[in-house]
Amino acid sequence: MSKTIETLDDVVIRFAGDSGDGMQLTGTQFTNTTALVGNDLSTLPDYPAEIRAPAGTLFGVSSFQLHFSSWDILTPGDHPDVLVAMNPAALKVHLKDLKKGGVIIANIDSFDDKNLTLAGYEANPLSSGSLSNYQVIEVPITKLTLNALQGSGLSQKEMVRCKNFFALGLMYWMYSRPLDTTEQWIKEKFGKEPQIAEANDKALKAGFYYGESTEAFAARFEVKPAQLKPGLYRNITGNEATALGVVAAAQRAGLPLYYASYPITPASDILHNLSAYKNFNVKTYQAEDEIAAAGAAVGASYAGSLAVTGTSGPGAALKSETISLGIMLELPLVIVDVQRGGPSTGLPTKTEQSDLMFVTYGRHGEAPAPVIAAATPADCFNMAYEAARIAIKYMTPVYLLTDGYLANGSEPWLVPDAKDLSPIPVHFRTDPENFNPYSRNENNVRPWALPGTPGLEHRIGGLEKANITGDVSYDPDNHDFMVHLRAEKVKGIEKDIPLQDVYGEQSGELLVVSWGGTFGAVRSTVDRMRKNGYKISHAHLRYLHPFPRNLGDVLKSFKTIFVPEINLGQLAKLLRSEYLIPAVQYNKVRGLPIRSAELEEAIKAALGGAK
Amino acid sequence: MATSNGNGETQTKKYTAKDFASDQDVRWCPGCGDYSILAQVQRILPDLDTPKEKHVFISGIGCSSRFPYYMDAYGVHGIHGRAPAIASGVKTANPDLTVWVATGDGDALSIGGNHLIHSLRRNIGLKILMFNNRIYGLTKGQYSPTSELGKKTKSTPYGTIDYPFNPVQLALGAEGTFVARCLDRDPKHLQQVLLRAARHKGTSFIEIYQNCNVFNDGAFLKLTEKETKPDNVLYLEHGKPLVFGKENDKGVRLNGFTPEIVSLKDGKSGLNDVLVYDEKSFDLAVLLATFSDRPGFPTPIGIFFIAERKSYEEMMSAQIQEVTKKRGAGDLDKLLKSGNTWVVSSN
Repeated sequence: MSKTIETLDDVVIRFAGDSGDGMQLTGTQFTNTTALVGNDLSTLPDYPAEIRAPAGTLFGVSSFQLHFSSWDILTPGDHPDVLVAMNPAALKVHLKDLKKGGVIIANIDSFDDKNLTLAGYEANPLSSGSLSNYQVIEVPITKLTLNALQGSGLSQKEMVRCKNFFALGLMYWMYSRPLDTTEQWIKEKFGKEPQIAEANDKALKAGFYYGESTEAFAARFEVKPAQLKPGLYRNITGNEATALGVVAAAQRAGLPLYYASYPITPASDILHNLSAYKNFNVKTYQAEDEIAAAGAAVGASYAGSLAVTGTSGPGAALKSETISLGIMLELPLVIVDVQRGGPSTGLPTKTEQSDLMFVTYGRHGEAPAPVIAAATPADCFNMAYEAARIAIKYMTPVYLLTDGYLANGSEPWLVPDAKDLSPIPVHFRTDPENFNPYSRNENNVRPWALPGTPGLEHRIGGLEKANITGDVSYDPDNHDFMVHLRAEKVKGIEKDIPLQDVYGEQSGELLVVSWGGTFGAVRSTVDRMRKNGYKISHAHLRYLHPFPRNLGDVLKSFKTIFVPEINLGQLAKLLRSEYLIPAVQYNKVRGLPIRSAELEEAIKAALGGAK
Repeated sequence: MATSNGNGETQTKKYTAKDFASDQDVRWCPGCGDYSILAQVQRILPDLDTPKEKHVFISGIGCSSRFPYYMDAYGVHGIHGRAPAIASGVKTANPDLTVWVATGDGDALSIGGNHLIHSLRRNIGLKILMFNNRIYGLTKGQYSPTSELGKKTKSTPYGTIDYPFNPVQLALGAEGTFVARCLDRDPKHLQQVLLRAARHKGTSFIEIYQNCNVFNDGAFLKLTEKETKPDNVLYLEHGKPLVFGKENDKGVRLNGFTPEIVSLKDGKSGLNDVLVYDEKSFDLAVLLATFSDRPGFPTPIGIFFIAERKSYEEMMSAQIQEVTKKRGAGDLDKLLKSGNTWVVSSN
C-alpha cells in the first residue's frame, strides 16, 4: 500500500532521548543521508556534559536537531516541526521549542510511571490532553524493535539498544529517504560483530516498514534537492573542517604540521581527526596539560613546523602566558579556541561567544595577536587556512575562534580542489651574512631561522629584545620602541585582509554587525526582514583583530549599529572603543544559537517602528 | 679533520670549548656554581662530534635559566617551568637536534614539576641539567622544593614546614632512563657524566648540586671540601664496589633489604661483603637514592640508573613511517574529497 507524498520546502526535525539512547548517532545518520540526497542542511547537536547521565532524567536528555531544505539555509532552525521523543524527559525538555501544531513521535513504551516521575510529570501528557495543540503519534518503539529482533540471539538489553535505528528507519520513511547510506555504515561500523550489525539493520528496516504499513501515518513527505552551486560536496562539521584546514595549509606551505593539544570539550575532535592523518606529515602530541601543549607548539614552531594548538576557554586561559612568549619570540603559531559557555567549567558542551575579549586582550603586557573567526562549520576550513597564512607570513601567534555550535554542527561543503588553494610561501633564513634574528622586512617581520642551520646560531627568549640584534635589552627607549613595533606589525595585517563587505544597502537606518557562529541566524533574519520591507543591512566580521581597514567607514554610514552576540557585548565594546560609536546590543547567553524570531523582534525594537 | 656524528653526517671542524662560548657577558654572581657547570658543558661539547648548529639549549626562568645566552649554539630562554614542554616540541618536531634543558630546583620541581615528570615518562631525548642550589636565587632567597625542612629563609623566618623532594627519587619514579647526580665542584666527574648523558637515547636527567654563594652559601660544603668529602660522598661506578672514606675504608652492605655501612678496617668485613654497583639495576638505584636522606649515610654521586628504552620521538617517527608505508604519502586533494561526497550538477 502506498501513501500520498506531500512536498515540503524545508523541515526541522529534533531527535531527543536519553544520553545513552544514541541520539547523536541517529541524527548524524539522518544528516549524512540527507546530504547525499542533495538537500541543503544545518545541524545542532546538543548533549549533556555527563557521558551517561542517569537514565530518564531531565538533565540526561541528549538531542540532535537537523534543518534540511530544497533551498539555501543558514541555521538549524528555531523551532522543530517534528520532535522524536524517546522518553518523557525528552518530551518535557523539548516540547517548549516545538512549533505549534508540530508532530510529536513518542516512544510510548518509555512513558511508564517511573520515567514520568523522573521527568516530573504528574500525569501522562500523552493521555492528559495537554498536547492537544500538537499532532501526537504514539509508537511503541521499544516493543516493535524487540518484536523485530526475536530470534536474533541478542540479549533483551542489546535488542532494546537497537531502538534508535527503528526510530531512524521510521523517519527515513516519513521523509522519503533511502536506507542504503546507513545500511552501509552499519556494515562497516559493526563489521566485527555481525549479530549486532544484523540487528541494527533489521531495526532500521522494521522502522521503515512500520511507517509504510501502519495507519498512524496518513502521509509521507519529501523535500526536493536544494539548488546549490554546482560542484562536489561533502557534509562537514566545524571541527573536521578546522582539522582539514590546517592540514591543507601545512601542505600548501610545504611544512610539517605539528598539533599539540590537551583533551578538552568541544575541541578534542580536532586532535582525533589530525591524529589519523599521519601520512600527511602530521605529528600530533597529546600533552600533559594545556600549558605544555602550548609550549610544545612554540618549540615545534621554533624547529620549523606549522604549529597549532587547539583548546576551549579554560585551556585558552592556561595557555596565555605561553602565547605571550610566542609573541615575544615572534614565531608563527595558530591557537584554535573552540569557545564554550563560561566562566570556569561553565557549560562545556554548549556554545557561547565567550572569548573574544579574552583572546584579544587576555595576556599580560602589551601582547598583540591577530584574531579571526569562522562564520559557519564549513568556513572553519577557510579560516583555519587563513590563520596559518597570517601566522607564517607575519611570524606571530594567531587566534582562530570557532565555537561549540560550529564545531559539532555540520553543513554541506563545496569542496575546493587542492590545487586551487593559494600556496603559502615560506622563507627560512639560511644566509649567515649579516644575519640578525630581530631584523625586519617591509612588513616588520623578523626572519624564521631554524636550529640546525649552520652559521645562524642565536638565542631568543622572553626577555625584552634589542631591536635588530635580538640581544637582551633593558633599555627604556628600546622597550618603548619594541612595544610599538609589535603593535604596528599586527595592525599592519589590515592591509592584507579583505575589506568588510555589507549585505544590503551600503548605508541607511540600521546595520546588524555580527561575528563568528551567529552568521546563519543573523543573515537569515536580516534576509527575511528585508523581504518584508525593512531597510536593514548586515556586516559579518571574520577579522576581529585587526579589524578590516574600512570598518570605521562602514559603521559610520548607518544611523544605528545593532550588535547581537551570545555574550554580554564583547564585540560591541570593541567597536565602541575603536570607533567611538554607539552600538545597540542584543545579548542572549543560553548556550544555544541565537533564535531568529527573537532577534527579529529585537531589531524591530531598535528600529523604533521604522521600516 | 673530518669526523662523523651519530647521524652519519660529517663534521668538518674540530671544535674547542671556546667555540661554544657566546659573545654575551656572563652575569651570574662572582663565585656562583653555575660558572663551573657552564665551563664543563662547553668543554665536553667538542667531544660529541655534533655540529654546533645542532645543539639547542632551552631554559625556563631562574639563575640557571640564563644558561642559553652564554652558549654559542641555538637557544630559547623560555618561561618559568616550561622548558621541558618547549624542548619536547623542539625535539619531537626535529629529532635530529641535540636538545638540552637548563633548569633549577624551583623551575623544574615546583612550577614546572608536571612537565619534568612527563618528559621523563615519555623518554623524549632531552638532556636535562637541573641545577640544585636548594634556594630561589633570582627572586632573592625564598625556600625551594629541595630546601631542607625547617630552613629559615626570607619567606620562612620561623623555618620551613615543607618536606623537600629528593630529585633523584622523583626522576626514578617518573620512569627516567638516565638518572644521575653531580657536584659543581667536581668538574672532571661532571664532564664524564655529561658526556654519557649526551650520548644517552631518551631523557637524561642530571641533578647538579650547585652552590649559591649569595643566598645559600655552603649548602653542599660537606660534600665538596677536601676534609669532609671522602666520608660523605659515595661515588657510584658501574661494576665497582660501593666503598668510600679517606682510605676507602668504608663500604655499603645489604642486611636483608636494609643497607648498612661497614668498616673495611676492623677485620669483620671485607670487599667481598660490599655491594657492587650496577647502573642497570632499578632496585639498586632506588635504594641508593634514599641514601642522601638517611642519617649517617654518604651522599651518592654519579649515575644511578641507565635503561635502554625506545625514545618517544623514535616511536613517533616509526608510526608515521609505518602509516605512510601502508597508506602512501598523503594526497591532499583526495583527503579533502574523502567521505560521503555528492555532485551537484549545473542544471
